[in-house]
Amino acid sequence: MLSGAEDEEKWLAEGIAGIQHNAFYMHQALDSNNLREALKYSALLLSELRTSKLSPHKYYELYMRAFDELRKLEMFFKDESKHGVSVVDLYELVQHAGNILPRLYLLCTVGSVYINSKEAPAKEVLEDLMEMCRGVQHPVRGLFLRSYLAQITRGKLPDIGSEYEGDDDTVMDAMEFVLQNFTEMNRLWVRMQHQGPGRVREKWEKERSQLRDLVGKNLHVLSQIEGVDLGMYKETVLPRVLEQVVDCKDDLAQYYLMDCIIQVFPDEYHLHTLETLLGACSQLQPTVDIKTVLSRLMDRLANYAASSADVLPEFLQVEAFAKLSNTIVMVIEAQVDMPAVGAITLFVSLLTFTLRVHPDRLDYVDQVLGACVKKLSNIPKLEDSRATKQVVALLSAPLEKYNDIVTALTLSNYPRVMEHLDNGTNKVMAMVMIQTLMKNNTCISSADKVEVLLELIKGLIKDVDGAYVDELDEEDFKDEQNSVARLIHMLYNDEPKEMLKIICTVRKHTMTGGPKRLPFTVPSLVFSALRLVRQLQCQEGNIAGEEMPATPKKIFLLLTQIIEALSTVPAPELALRLYLQCAEAANACDLENVAYEFFTQVFVLYEEEIWDSKAQVTAIHLIIGTLQRMDVFGVENRDTLTHKATGYSARLLKKPDQCRAVYACSHLFWVDNQDSIKDGERVLLCLKRALRIANAAQQMVNVARGSNGPIILFVEILNKYLYFFEKGNEQITSAAIQDLIELINTERQSDSATRDTASDAFLASTLHCIQFQKQKGGVMGEKFQSIKL
Amino acid sequence: MNFLIGAFKPACNISITFSDGKTRKQVPVKKENGQTVMVPLFQSQENISGKISIEPFQGKKIEHNGVKVELLGQIVRELDVPGDIYERKTYPFEFSTVEMPYETYNGVNVRLRYVLKVTVSRSYGGSIVEYQDFMVRNYSPLPSINNSIKMEVGIEDCLHIEFEYNKSKYHLKDVIIGKIYFLLVRIKIKNMDLEIRRRESTGSGANTHVETETLAKFELMDGAPVRGESIPIRLFLSPYELTPTHRNINNKFSVKYYLNLVLVDEEDRRYFKQQEITIYRLQDS
Repeated sequence: MLSGAEDEEKWLAEGIAGIQHNAFYMHQALDSNNLREALKYSALLLSELRTSKLSPHKYYELYMRAFDELRKLEMFFKDESKHGVSVVDLYELVQHAGNILPRLYLLCTVGSVYINSKEAPAKEVLEDLMEMCRGVQHPVRGLFLRSYLAQITRGKLPDIGSEYEGDDDTVMDAMEFVLQNFTEMNRLWVRMQHQGPGRVREKWEKERSQLRDLVGKNLHVLSQIEGVDLGMYKETVLPRVLEQVVDCKDDLAQYYLMDCIIQVFPDEYHLHTLETLLGACSQLQPTVDIKTVLSRLMDRLANYAASSADVLPEFLQVEAFAKLSNTIVMVIEAQVDMPAVGAITLFVSLLTFTLRVHPDRLDYVDQVLGACVKKLSNIPKLEDSRATKQVVALLSAPLEKYNDIVTALTLSNYPRVMEHLDNGTNKVMAMVMIQTLMKNNTCISSADKVEVLLELIKGLIKDVDGAYVDELDEEDFKDEQNSVARLIHMLYNDEPKEMLKIICTVRKHTMTGGPKRLPFTVPSLVFSALRLVRQLQCQEGNIAGEEMPATPKKIFLLLTQIIEALSTVPAPELALRLYLQCAEAANACDLENVAYEFFTQVFVLYEEEIWDSKAQVTAIHLIIGTLQRMDVFGVENRDTLTHKATGYSARLLKKPDQCRAVYACSHLFWVDNQDSIKDGERVLLCLKRALRIANAAQQMVNVARGSNGPIILFVEILNKYLYFFEKGNEQITSAAIQDLIELINTERQSDSATRDTASDAFLASTLHCIQFQKQKGGVMGEKFQSIKL
Repeated sequence: MNFLIGAFKPACNISITFSDGKTRKQVPVKKENGQTVMVPLFQSQENISGKISIEPFQGKKIEHNGVKVELLGQIVRELDVPGDIYERKTYPFEFSTVEMPYETYNGVNVRLRYVLKVTVSRSYGGSIVEYQDFMVRNYSPLPSINNSIKMEVGIEDCLHIEFEYNKSKYHLKDVIIGKIYFLLVRIKIKNMDLEIRRRESTGSGANTHVETETLAKFELMDGAPVRGESIPIRLFLSPYELTPTHRNINNKFSVKYYLNLVLVDEEDRRYFKQQEITIYRLQDS
């Protein structure tokens, strides 16, 4: 037994052989101008097309063979001198054939010659051929026969400007002919669905689908008829075609033909027949992929709109948006079973259309989103990933179009659509929004909009109910929160009053973020507020006397509260840094008490929260550095704070850390540009104390390892000595420096000294510096001369 | 030997020629032995005239009791009184305005012939006889009443069709135009043919013998139609060898024609409906 495919190959081969065999004798007859024989063998040749054994695909191959032979026969028919029979008689003669299929192929062939001869009006011949072809009701054979009819009459239709046009032969006849052929072919094609052998139904449907272009070709021919103008298309062509499409009730055909109509006729026609076209859409079978059809239509119209600004008024005139919008809503309502993804895809297309055609109509955009919200109303959270993707596309489209998140914020339905996204996607969408904003460097400059925006991206701002915290990828989470932090800087208004509102709004939202998010968001918020403080400080003089809504004092109060929130994390080191920043800002604002309060907070944190010795070292240095720059404090406050700082410095765990902190404290007593803070004695005390600690450290190393520690601490202290010596601190004498240098040299030369290239290099540089100062001459040079190396 | 040969050979050569033999239309006729010969064509009321030549073979004398020509079954003309023919002798003859109401017909079981028979009667040696066939065709005018045939037929809940033939009487070169309209189709039709059938009945009463032949089988439709489909009929009669309808010719025979519409389903079951049509010969204009 042969398998189906092998059988088919065999039958096809037999069919081709049959055609070739008879074609041979037909050629002989043609060469000897023997009409009778030519007719006989051509009919035999065409009889091969009567087979029912081939699939459409294979049948096509056979058809093409026969088609080529018919071209030769047509040439022969054309030349009356060869066969001596008038075309009228020939037209009868071929109808004597007993089998219908060969008869009709021959009739069409002679018919073409008949029209060509102009011995009868084209219209009559066309009508006759059309009528006679009804005899073939077998779908595949009928389709190919009518395809042949369409093929052979091409260029012979009485189109406007065609040589076949006459008083009685008008473009109406041409149109009628093609429309009829289209109708009949579609009917045959649709009929195929019921006739496929049951067991290979799927394959059959696929093959049926391959025949669709035979049907669609008619629409193409219609679109090519010169005389079919917009009026005729609107009045006759489209209604007739659509009637056929709707009535055939076959989803495969309906989908293909709707798409075909959209593709072959000009966009302008679609625009002006939108109502009719859309009307048909809502009448299609529920299984038709209407969303793709409508999407393609909208895409085409959108492209048309983009092609020239001149056509835009036409869109308004025909109310394209309203019509499309209504249809989509109707289709969605009618097709109850349409999955959410289908509906949303439609909305995406409509939105794309709207954005291209009516970029100025935000209300339209909002309307589309509103319709989508309505559709989604019974689905609290989308679970279909494809639907989710479409919603993301829907929400991203306006962002891309307007390059501006601000526009999206004015769309009331925008957040309502977002609510239907699952938490993960919601975050993705929020990230897209933030990225758009960053890309375009857009500032959100009103508290209201900030409120909306933060509401939109709330998935990033706080934990949403039901979200599992552990599902988060740590990296992703960091990325998200960093983005939020960056976003906060984009929320900005020059106007302090509004800016304060913005800050309050941001605070309100970020405070809900919980311990994992606060470390990311609080710094941004703090710096944003500090920026406002600086701005106010600059303006202070100008707007004195007015009732100020935003004053630095208020903001500092706010800042305290914000930073306090970090205690829930807890993040004492971060809080400490932020307090120091605030203190510095308060210093700039000349608010001594505020600054003092911040320092108080700093020390409280240091004392109560920072246990780690390394963290302590970092903290103390930060404190010292900040305190050094403060100029707002009175003597008493300053003394208290420096006292604390030096005290904590000396109590650090490791000796080298102690040493370094202590010599750093020396700067607290000698501030360059402040004459009131130049306490040389206490500087010296600090340095001496540092030296003692360095010595102690050295001894400790000796005890522990049996060798001397590095001399680096000494060199560092030497540098401090040199600094203050240069700055003119009288308490630092050249003798003291000289002593220190000697001490260092002694240490280096001791037997147990550990050689350390870094310290050696540092020392060499230091000495080199002294040398340099000496050689510089002048006051400084003289001063340094006293140091002997 | 010579004598013997002479005894079996006819004593003379008889030839019959028609007066307008060179211009008269000749038509082919199939003889019993299957050979086709051309014979002259006449119609009723025509004069049948010509010449009969009797030529004895060399040196022979034909002694006869008279020469006559008959138009068989009809008329006898005495051509010569008894006497001797020594050499070629030609007799003109004429049967004027002969009534020939029936056409020549060549059927399966019945033939209607027109024959000229020349008899040279002899008292010994037997009479010498010669025959000459000719053909008669009679033409009819366009019928004054020629209704179409229209009919609705069907098998309940299975197939229901309505068909129409534009006429009930067709001439031999006519075209049958019509259509078949499908009202209900519940069977899987494979194709549909229109057949022309000839029914020749001979004899009468209990001895009636009927012979039916299918002269044409013309495919009207390929494939299965759906409800509401209308299939055109256009059948040219000229390619087929038809004769006019003959009704009860001389109480001897009848020839009737039928159109048989046949539908074949996928199991090769045939559904058909037969309708009689009248065929007539229309004068070529």
